[in-house]
Amino acid sequence: MATTLAPVLTAHWDADRSWTLQTYEDNGGYRGLRRALNMQAPDVVTMVKDSGLRGRGGAGFPTGMKWGFLPAPDGGPRYLVVNADESEPGTCKDIPLMMASPQHLIEGVIITSYAIGCHHAFIYVRGEVLHVYRRLLRAVEEARAAGYVGTDILGSGYDLEITVHAGAGAYICGEETALLDSLEGLRGQPRLKPPFPAVAGLYARPTVVNNVESIASVPGIVVGGADWFKQMGTERSTGHGLFSLSGHVTNPGQYEAPLGITLRELLEMAGGMRGGRALKFWTPGGSSTPIFTAEHLDVPLDYESVGAAGSMLGTRALQIFDETTSVVRAVTRWTEFYKHESCGKCTPCREGTFWLAQVLQRIERGQGTSADIDLLLDLCDNILGRAFCALGDGATSPITSAVQYFREEFEAGCHTPADVLFPPERSALFDYRPRSGAQLAGAH
Amino acid sequence: MSVEAGRTPGQTHRTAYDEDTHARLAADAAQIIARYPQERSALLPMLHLVQAEDGYVSPRGIAFCAATLGISTAEVSAVATFYTQYKRHPNGEYTVGVCTNTLCAIMGGDAIWEHLSDELGIGHDETTDDGAITLERIECNAACDYAPVVMVNWEFFDNQTPESADELVGKLRAGEPVAPTRGAESVCSFKQMSRVLAGFPDGRADEGVGAGGPTVRGTVLARENGWEAPAFPGDEPSDAQQSTKPSSGPDASAATHTPKAGDEQSSAERPAATAADSSAAQQENKQASDEAKES
Repeated sequence: MATTLAPVLTAHWDADRSWTLQTYEDNGGYRGLRRALNMQAPDVVTMVKDSGLRGRGGAGFPTGMKWGFLPAPDGGPRYLVVNADESEPGTCKDIPLMMASPQHLIEGVIITSYAIGCHHAFIYVRGEVLHVYRRLLRAVEEARAAGYVGTDILGSGYDLEITVHAGAGAYICGEETALLDSLEGLRGQPRLKPPFPAVAGLYARPTVVNNVESIASVPGIVVGGADWFKQMGTERSTGHGLFSLSGHVTNPGQYEAPLGITLRELLEMAGGMRGGRALKFWTPGGSSTPIFTAEHLDVPLDYESVGAAGSMLGTRALQIFDETTSVVRAVTRWTEFYKHESCGKCTPCREGTFWLAQVLQRIERGQGTSADIDLLLDLCDNILGRAFCALGDGATSPITSAVQYFREEFEAGCHTPADVLFPPERSALFDYRPRSGAQLAGAH
Repeated sequence: MSVEAGRTPGQTHRTAYDEDTHARLAADAAQIIARYPQERSALLPMLHLVQAEDGYVSPRGIAFCAATLGISTAEVSAVATFYTQYKRHPNGEYTVGVCTNTLCAIMGGDAIWEHLSDELGIGHDETTDDGAITLERIECNAACDYAPVVMVNWEFFDNQTPESADELVGKLRAGEPVAPTRGAESVCSFKQMSRVLAGFPDGRADEGVGAGGPTVRGTVLARENGWEAPAFPGDEPSDAQQSTKPSSGPDASAATHTPKAGDEQSSAERPAATAADSSAAQQENKQASDEAKES
């Protein structure tokens, strides 16, 4: 039998008032916390280590091991900071999770905090999702009223405060040290490492920074045990994960499946490509992961297989584009995004993304020169590995991979505008007549 | 209260809050500061609070933050100018943001942007003369399965078209209430929104839906097909269950697969995936090697 879906986090998202504590408890919520509080904290860490859970925010580092890197308690505070700054283009899993079932995250925060000896946890949510912030504030209120947050939680003697903090619009704050600076009330710029957050994080204290989905997966692991979790996924990429299909598919949406499922399987579940058109290119895990093409439909979507095929599993943000789409237009727009979001701290990224956008914009206009492709690749080479943080590296991924698979389209940019080769109205979901010669590039 | 000229011709800034307003803001600020171990962390929510009062990050708001937190106005301004949600001139009653990042743009976001910009006669980060609408090109707002997306005061308006967006801004300009696809029952004002973002709930969390169709598409499909995750050990598997392997029960010996940082299965050897996470890999790699040196 082909791989099927495995709803764990998503199992009750369609329940009536799914976001309330009542609904969450009616469906088994907070059993994990009760079980965890009856365990020794280090045993909770061991259980998560044994489950093989890897970070769901993109890098895929083993979550339990990350917790294990905290130095021994010295009597001072240690912090858990949840990275809920979901902003990677194409990524749309944590925001719906927190909208539909914020208690999943809150229970995970409490268990994780208990496991690592934290008494004040923070959820840093991007500021551009008003209703999600409302739901998170309410979820903490409800958890507090039920005795899950505050002092002497469920009579265990364990105390925890949770602060939900709204950001103010900056992609870079998804980078964990930039997030910590932002949470400290500074400009969100990445820090020099070492020291790493586990040693000197928030307020220079030992800190764990984890993604929303990682933390929300913890209650299930504590209830079901490490072996339950490992029944799903592959040997090295265990468990369930949210796969977010968007773009030119018939039924875009969230599909929670064991890691290792393929896009071919997911596409079939999503009703195939819209209008039966052909798949042209897709991202396996957001715009910072090198693009794939139709030849990668059967790559198992786990960390190892996607890496071996030349990309990264990233956030499982499957942005799918059909044959009507100009890859030059897509890549130019992503590049403008990186230029806009570059924090300006380091030169390769700040200057490099600016020049990448300049060159790509003229290729998109059909005014590229014969040297431009090499110039693009040279610029990428001068950013990749030389930038202060991963934003610069990510900016090069769509460009180098798109040139690898679709070099002729960039070459065509020496004489023909992208919107002539690929009229944009054919890619849109509705009929419209584009402005003649519209040039939107670099409007901000 | 004194008034000084702003940098925009004809614009003036009030330079201080009156006594009552100051007392009210000071009480709010004290609540914000109490949420954090260190008071400087209160700056971002305090800037949202300033916008809730003045509709933008005003000079007097900057001065208020600086005085309250014991930092300079330059330090406050440095932060305020870093983040796109902090507005440097008075914002409209509603921020209308059209996602023009790649996916939304290609699905029709560019067409929506062109249409609204033409209809309203304004460009990015400009405000209509009636003060109703500030138009923005926005980046990915994590709703790609609902593309093309428009945000109004950061509430979701999913699956938009030029026509639906046109109707939306028409209602906003006419002062009629509009309801987001996923959010509260109606969109609040920019100032009201800013107060929530400062961490003061408006009691509307229980309004609206839990999810839209695409969000629950997998949930519904799995139920229709009887697909379930493995049952928890000790739980009764449900009748609908087809694909679940029998629970193997606790088996500690099988559960000891712990990749070491730097091994081929660890993320430390992989290139960074996203800005959000790559640093973790570098971090643990370094720490693991440090530990290895110590042991």
